[in-house]
Amino acid sequence: MANRKGLPKPFLCLALVILYAAAPGGMRSFLQAVSTVTEEAPTPLRVVQMEGLAVLKIIKHCEEFAPALVTGQLLGLDVGSVLEVTNCFPFPIREEDDEADADGANYQLEMMRCLREVNVDNNTIGWYQSCLLGSFQTVELIETFMNYQESIRRCVCIVYYPSRSSQGVLALKALKLTDSFMDLYRNNGLTGEKLREKKLSWVDIFEEIPIKVSNSALVSAFMKELEPESPVTQCDFDRLKLSTAPFMERNLEFLIGCMDDLSSEQNKFQYYYRNLSRQQSQQQAWLQKRRQENMARKAAGEEPLPEEDPSNPIFKPIPEPSRLEGYLVTNQISSYCNHINGVAGQNFSRLYLMKALHEE
Amino acid sequence: MATSPALLFPSPSSASSPPSSARVEAVVLFNVCDSYVRRPDQADRVIGTLLGSLLPDGTVHVRNSYVVPHSESADQVAIDIDYHHNMYASHQKVNPKEVIVGWFSTGFGVSGGSTLIHEFYSREVQNPIHLTVDTGFTRGEASIKAYISSNLSLGDRHLAAQFQEIPLDLRMIEAEKAGFEILKSTMVEKLPNDLEGMESSMEKLYILIDEIYKYVDDVVEGRVAPDNRIGRFISDSVASMPKLSPAAFDKLFNDKIQDNLALVYLSSITRTQISIAEKLNTAAQVL
Repeated sequence: MANRKGLPKPFLCLALVILYAAAPGGMRSFLQAVSTVTEEAPTPLRVVQMEGLAVLKIIKHCEEFAPALVTGQLLGLDVGSVLEVTNCFPFPIREEDDEADADGANYQLEMMRCLREVNVDNNTIGWYQSCLLGSFQTVELIETFMNYQESIRRCVCIVYYPSRSSQGVLALKALKLTDSFMDLYRNNGLTGEKLREKKLSWVDIFEEIPIKVSNSALVSAFMKELEPESPVTQCDFDRLKLSTAPFMERNLEFLIGCMDDLSSEQNKFQYYYRNLSRQQSQQQAWLQKRRQENMARKAAGEEPLPEEDPSNPIFKPIPEPSRLEGYLVTNQISSYCNHINGVAGQNFSRLYLMKALHEE
Repeated sequence: MATSPALLFPSPSSASSPPSSARVEAVVLFNVCDSYVRRPDQADRVIGTLLGSLLPDGTVHVRNSYVVPHSESADQVAIDIDYHHNMYASHQKVNPKEVIVGWFSTGFGVSGGSTLIHEFYSREVQNPIHLTVDTGFTRGEASIKAYISSNLSLGDRHLAAQFQEIPLDLRMIEAEKAGFEILKSTMVEKLPNDLEGMESSMEKLYILIDEIYKYVDDVVEGRVAPDNRIGRFISDSVASMPKLSPAAFDKLFNDKIQDNLALVYLSSITRTQISIAEKLNTAAQVL
């Protein structure tokens, strides 16, 4: 008995010794973990989870004011790799006044304060906007992103297309800027070499994040009860509509406009390159002249002149035009193309369906 | 009272008659449920304001709502009136057409405190409607009811307020557009894209056509008693397809297909073009 009682103690001591022996390695790693938790990169955003309430509110607000473009604020929680959007509120349409800025800020504060009183999550995690036919990739969007990024660590922009929803598709997209693009933009590094270095092409500006929709059990119980008995809904009616011509026409018009923009951007670059090469040849010519002068001077025994002359205007570096516009226009073009493809695909199915029905 | 009591209903005022029916949008229901889930621990139910518009045919269209903090005890009710006015002003800034049309509360039936709250709202708007959303599912079903109140007075004395139920239209067309599958389940993994949506719509259509075939077959074989109305409806639907000669239809069909193919071709060319342009732009180096 004494033996048995005595046995655990040395055993325990042994165990503790082993623990302490291992501890320095273990303790160090624990301390390391604690110290680096603030420096480690945030987990990448993988999914945006929206509540049905937020989805419905966004749809309602955008549809009410279509075709005007409206914006609003998203509220929710940032949890790990999921960004939860639990509520949202719309922004009033602002006329371009100076005093409207203060009003807008007041409105925002007022709404956030009121919503906090009723236990709504008070975190701003982004904003939503409606857009017409995919032309939302503008410089203002990027600037708004940068502004938001300064105050909140992760923000997302949700874009809604009311025009596509009339075709029975719930057209909601969650976007954010990629980190590499944001770094470059902050450091004004949108020049050719830096972009090539980072291998950043126009595809890498915006990152689309998949959306999940979640609902509380209460509201899903209600919806299940209230679902209409009819086997087809308005959604199906919209999807099987045959007339998509106006939508396609407008898409093509915008596409043509964007191609014009793209070609003007390319012209800008050509102009820049021509100037650059002309400047270089001028520099070479001047350098040659200088060298000859210097040789002549050396022959005459005088001080050679410097080979550079910063005051000469031909040495002024020409600023390279930013490629941002070009990239944005390319993004717009690609989204128009995607839309056209999608609707054309749907048209094919609808037409063949009509043919089959007619033959019966 | 010696004389037989005469119940006097107030004569309808010339300004506006009380609403005869109500229509509620899905977003209001979602908002009510969400605020119920988020209510403070000591509250039994939540109340809030309903915003919307009054249509000329007497229907109230409830389009938006917000919850108002309140506290209720056995004999008194307190509402945060400032909050109510602030929120209303904020909502007016966004959409001035939505006005107060009534108020909602969770829970089943109309309670004593509700009359006081209803009186408060009657001072805000004439003939407010009272919407009850039964979040407790007391009768085992989702019951959403709308009431308007009329005052019962005996002679000059105000006796009671009677809450009359008015018909409620819960069609929720906006929710249908968004797709009920998304709104029904507690978690939808991803939003359906257009092709999947097309597929499901076409399947539903197929099922409908199958059912109609079966019905017609059954009637012809005498298994089911024929119903003239359904027969007429079916013949109307079939006749609504435009009659085109096969040649005309083929031409129309081929034209459309060619248009769509041209569009797909254009968009693929454009995509190729932009990827080439991008390579040229970033790869070009004069130096």
